[in-house]
Amino acid sequence: MTSALSGVSWNDVFNFADYAQLLPLVRNTLIAGAVLGVVGGVVGVLVITRDLPFAVHGISEISFAGASGALLFGASVVAGSFAGSLVAALLLGVLGFRARDRNAVIGVIMPFSLGLGILFLSLYDGRAANKFGLLTGQIVAIDDTSLVTLVVTAVGVLGVLAVIWRPLMFASVDPDVASARGVPVRVLGPLFMLLLGCTVAVSIQVVGALLILALLCTPAAAALKVTASPLWVVLLSVAFACTSMVGGILVALGTSIPISPYVTTISFLIYLACRAVAALRPAPARLVAA
Amino acid sequence: MSEPAVVELVQAELAYGERSLWSGLDLAVEAGQFVAVLGPNGSGKTSLLKVLLGLTDLTSGTAQVMGRPVRRGSPRVGYVPQRHGFDVDVPLRGRDLVQLGIDGHRWGVRLPRRRHRDTIDELIEEVGASSYAHVPLGQLSGGEQQRLRIAQALATDPDILLCDEPLLSLDLLHQRTVVDLLHRRCRDHGTAVLFVTHEINPIVSVTDSVLYIVAGGFRHGPPETVMTTEVLSELYGSDVEVMRRGERIVVLGADEAAHHHEHDRHETVRA
Repeated sequence: MTSALSGVSWNDVFNFADYAQLLPLVRNTLIAGAVLGVVGGVVGVLVITRDLPFAVHGISEISFAGASGALLFGASVVAGSFAGSLVAALLLGVLGFRARDRNAVIGVIMPFSLGLGILFLSLYDGRAANKFGLLTGQIVAIDDTSLVTLVVTAVGVLGVLAVIWRPLMFASVDPDVASARGVPVRVLGPLFMLLLGCTVAVSIQVVGALLILALLCTPAAAALKVTASPLWVVLLSVAFACTSMVGGILVALGTSIPISPYVTTISFLIYLACRAVAALRPAPARLVAA
Repeated sequence: MSEPAVVELVQAELAYGERSLWSGLDLAVEAGQFVAVLGPNGSGKTSLLKVLLGLTDLTSGTAQVMGRPVRRGSPRVGYVPQRHGFDVDVPLRGRDLVQLGIDGHRWGVRLPRRRHRDTIDELIEEVGASSYAHVPLGQLSGGEQQRLRIAQALATDPDILLCDEPLLSLDLLHQRTVVDLLHRRCRDHGTAVLFVTHEINPIVSVTDSVLYIVAGGFRHGPPETVMTTEVLSELYGSDVEVMRRGERIVVLGADEAAHHHEHDRHETVRA
């Protein structure tokens, strides 16, 4: 069967014939996807609550510049993306307390670092897959070392979040009262940026810099459409993120297209479904006093 | 020995750089007192609350709550901030907001506690929010959110409630219920209330004393002695007329007078 798209055969795109043989090869990627789903789903809730989706995009572009620079100069790509992310997180943590300042700073720095990253990649004459992968994600890039880095980072981020979650949530939804109650609002903001930076740095390898919001924004935004329970928002966001990541990897495996379109499509469909549920569901009723 | 005043300011001064908001301020608030803090924009009403919350330091003088120096995060002090609506997507229901008032400042994972659940139920009952405490915060009306904010502020059973324009953009009915709620708390629990507002009429029937601040000058006393043509004209330094229509108090000329003050100040700065 030939499609209308200038002779692309669907059999070239979808081919699940050797699926059983392929599966063990992507064991690391599947584990990475699941771990990223958990950490991304949790962090995403705060990204939405603190109104940071644009900051996530900004951090990921700077992280991309760091990673491609590392690729060019023969350093570790993971170290490069970490360096980029942490610089970005510090910059945003220090410069932008006010949303307007922050967004302007991101708007200025993001195109510059994206340009820088593209410059590094065009000077790099190694494998082309490495280049493209940083932007759009790739499926077989996860060796044992990067998997360990990823898991350790995720556990660290989740551990710190477990300790600061309550005050951080308080400071995010109600900064004035939180501050009056003794919550160190001005420390927690930059600290969260740092955790966000670490999360972005390890996510870039798998989902790619351009599509990171599908992991750090869409699942949490979908969860918030269907519940306002602080616990259920987190659980659903994690479930949605893991479904998108692992599902995306499993489908990508049988095809010749990179992983990211699948991840983004699955998380987008979940978001649409949640919006539909929210629209169709009646507003929560006021209880009548007995 | 007599009980210490709930709030005591002695010769308090607050200045930002060269500009002094107020100085020589002596104020004692007793348990169960309802104090209205009035004055034009920029006269330092909100700053006074910030001092008592421990968020801003006095330039000179002392500020004490229950006989101790003010301290940020004190459970003795409850705070109802200037009203701002919550985002539609905020991951909290009504009762979660109240819960934050109890343990939102604590580190670590929250373990479900029977004691906390009961306290939250009582607080929500007290402010009459039981029927919608389970509804997402972003879907509640301004008046409903404000009641829950009061429940949140009462979560530590404070000795004083600091309220910053809590009636702003509420309709008359909701203004009435919020004021009644605060007054009942004041009367039944002896909780003192410091109520910052630009409009005295919604609270005039429950107010024990008025602290009126204008451009560095102030007057503190019962409403009938402070809210007079003579006192306010002196404070504003121009002709201000106070009229009474039954319960209502109408102040004429204050906005213009405050504007002149602002103008004078700019002139001085430039000169």
